[in-house]
Amino acid sequence: MYRCHVLVCGGTGCSSAKSMEIMESLEKELKERGLDKEIAVVKTGCFGLCAMGPILVVYPDQVTYCMVAPEDVQEIVEEHLVKGRPVKRLIYDESMQGTEETKRLEETDFYKKQKRIALRNCGIINPENIEEYIARNGYEALGLVLTEMTPDEVIQVILDSGLRGRGGAGFPTGLKWKFASGNRGKVQKYVCCNADEGDPGAFMDRSVLEGDPHVVLEAMAIAGYAIGASQGYIYVRAEYPIAVQRLQTAIEQARKYGLLGRDIFASGFDFDIELRLGAGAFVCGEETALMTSIEGHRGEPRPRPPFPAVKGLFESPTILNNVETYANIPQIILNGAKWFASMGTEKSKGTKVFALGGKINNTGLVEIPMGTTLRTVVEEIGGGIPNGKKFKAAQTGGPSGGCIPAEHFDIPIDYDNLISIGSMMGSGGLIVMDEDTCMVDIAKFFLQFTVDESCGKCTPCRIGTKRMLEILDKITEGNGTMEDIDELEELAYYIKDNALCGLGQTAPNPVLSTLRYFRDEYIAHVVDKKCPAKVCKNLFVYKIDPDKCKGCTLCARGCPVQAISGKTKSPHAIDTTKCIKCDACVSCCRFGAIYKD
Amino acid sequence: MSLETENKVPFRGTKEQEEELLRAIEEQKGKGGCLMPIMQKAQEIYGYLPEEVQKIIADQLEIPMEEVYGVSTFYSQFHLAPKGKYQISVCLGTACYVKGGGDIYNKFMELLGIVDGECTPDGKFSLDACRCVGACGLAPVALVNDEVYGRLTVDDVKGILDKYRDED
Amino acid sequence: MKTLEELKAIRDKAKQEMEVREGNSGKVRVVVGMATCGIASGARPVLNSLAEEVHRLHLDHVVVTQTGCIGLCQYEPIVEIYEPGKEKVTYVKMTPEKAIEVVDKHLMHGVVLSKYTLSSTAL
Repeated sequence: MYRCHVLVCGGTGCSSAKSMEIMESLEKELKERGLDKEIAVVKTGCFGLCAMGPILVVYPDQVTYCMVAPEDVQEIVEEHLVKGRPVKRLIYDESMQGTEETKRLEETDFYKKQKRIALRNCGIINPENIEEYIARNGYEALGLVLTEMTPDEVIQVILDSGLRGRGGAGFPTGLKWKFASGNRGKVQKYVCCNADEGDPGAFMDRSVLEGDPHVVLEAMAIAGYAIGASQGYIYVRAEYPIAVQRLQTAIEQARKYGLLGRDIFASGFDFDIELRLGAGAFVCGEETALMTSIEGHRGEPRPRPPFPAVKGLFESPTILNNVETYANIPQIILNGAKWFASMGTEKSKGTKVFALGGKINNTGLVEIPMGTTLRTVVEEIGGGIPNGKKFKAAQTGGPSGGCIPAEHFDIPIDYDNLISIGSMMGSGGLIVMDEDTCMVDIAKFFLQFTVDESCGKCTPCRIGTKRMLEILDKITEGNGTMEDIDELEELAYYIKDNALCGLGQTAPNPVLSTLRYFRDEYIAHVVDKKCPAKVCKNLFVYKIDPDKCKGCTLCARGCPVQAISGKTKSPHAIDTTKCIKCDACVSCCRFGAIYKD
Repeated sequence: MSLETENKVPFRGTKEQEEELLRAIEEQKGKGGCLMPIMQKAQEIYGYLPEEVQKIIADQLEIPMEEVYGVSTFYSQFHLAPKGKYQISVCLGTACYVKGGGDIYNKFMELLGIVDGECTPDGKFSLDACRCVGACGLAPVALVNDEVYGRLTVDDVKGILDKYRDED
Repeated sequence: MKTLEELKAIRDKAKQEMEVREGNSGKVRVVVGMATCGIASGARPVLNSLAEEVHRLHLDHVVVTQTGCIGLCQYEPIVEIYEPGKEKVTYVKMTPEKAIEVVDKHLMHGVVLSKYTLSSTAL
């Protein structure tokens, strides 16, 4: 019996910021004071507030500490855990309400607009302890399905819920299961989980795997029962070592409790799961490529049809869903299709997890009902843009998606709305950009990514994206022409129509959507030879404002190429022919006298 | 990412390493899709996948060498050349990129005198750009082996390298 | 795992151990003063016996927590009980035995033990 639980975030963000070191010194400190029988230290999954990590939450007081350093541990133990005085300077700023009472985490702006279904256990349970998952009604959905429902009834519930795939394309999950449900018990079938989250800036799935691995296992078993499969595979990125280890632990525990293996709930249903590690190929997030990779080959996609529901892994009928999709399944079974369908918009039900990143105050993980506006996400939940800068665009869908400009700031986020404005839901990365972001440069960044990750099987993707990148290079270097812009657009549509797989077909999207909303920036690069955001190095020069310069000589001493000259106490000047635009002078200047023009 | 450079470091595999590999192959052999897990294990044992090791795998699984080589060159996590004692990876995922990860990366290249995928002549440092490591809240981020450095500025780079230079 | 009952048994047991982490809105809060003065006069055993008794009796609607100095150092250990919609009750000079009595009478049956409250002690 513990009177107090201290939850330490063991997600990747906080672990990188030494949360495990903090946990160890916390345990040590409590032991030394003989408090280890009164106060439990629990490693848990991501709270979503990654920007403020490492995060510690003390229950039952529900005090949230952020940016905790190992040297703070002693003070927290001494002041809060022993004397009951929360350490104010470490409390999550937003949760400080007035001076005396602290707000509970779920009452802060960051949390209160959120609706946590897929993330319901993240940051609450210890992911390495199956009993904590069971305490939160874990494996009850599986028990219910196996003892009281027929496979067709299960599929019907998922169909009625309106759940659509959370991995990007948004295909109805129930329909996918239905397509694979024929010939139950007569043929070998497989249930796969796509945990090869590769979009840059996206880490929703990783947080579920790290914070609540059992939910994925339970949902896969339910899917297995629904379509008549006895074997599951989770294909997980090797770049997620914590997720891999927790999944492995979870699988072993589930086997030990008889929740995986033979004759689960005495229903005669057998199901087991094997982990497969990716090896760093983005294309393996594409469903056919993923299956080819599980089979042990180069992860190249294959043409569809035949669809995986007919001929997938090892030539057998297979369903593949992503982690977040699975994370919704047990809740849908327990609360019913109606409950789930009551959230969201007409064609997009439930919630969606987004990884907020880029130029935003609260970087981290949020789960919101479908139909929430981008403005709410950025301004209220995300806490706005740092340094008083202006919102320029948000990028969703990673290298397959597009930009949402300020004019669509009030659009309710759902699958169809995002498609209609030239972006896509994608897996959930949401990168916010301010006025200092060059949209041509961003398009180039994503295209560079696709060029690196193209598997090379089909020509439009292998060669076409490379040609597009060359044109973008030309434009950002200041050598572009208006014909280049036309050619870029033509090539983009050609690749979209002709590439073999989803990766190639969507690769031109970042270019097309920036051309759609920010064509003037392309034109500025081509015609005026200027980069409006001052990012493309060939298209601006550094200058010194003579009114602000005090002649302190700091910049001249900091310049690695001696491009700055001037007498002491009189304004300096930069020789733009020598300047290598390293930005060193800007960081030296204490008067903000150096600017880009 | 860059093409694997020709392997100038001679193969120094031991008998024990080979035995461990053979045991791993024996365990996995015959299971559907066992090639990649075996190669991952092999890389864990040797630190990289030299031709000699790929040959053992091909022989044991009775598949053409071409198939093993095809897989090892397809995935960016398989290395045909050894890595430096300190492997530096600079995250160039979107969040890090937007926050100046590119500048951090350039600074490493400048100070080490090597480019993407290379190893310094003394075998001490190797440098790679990597995809999102998921620590976007700490952007921009770089890793030295498993140690994570977050919220970096260009000025921090030299200090990080010095720390490891001083260690020997 | 062969039956739902088996699963539910594990669930109920584990749930109790995690009770501390449930939200505490609408619950009865039992707060123990744990500043230096409180600890010096024996607040820790009071806190622990409160927590154990509440747990033993499965009082899911009660949260036992701690706070800093309440400002009445001569009356420590102090235990305050906050019930939604009711006046706060302050028990003073608590011992583990008195604390258990408070749980059994006050928290279980709603009977305020006025012999231990602040008002009973001449201020």
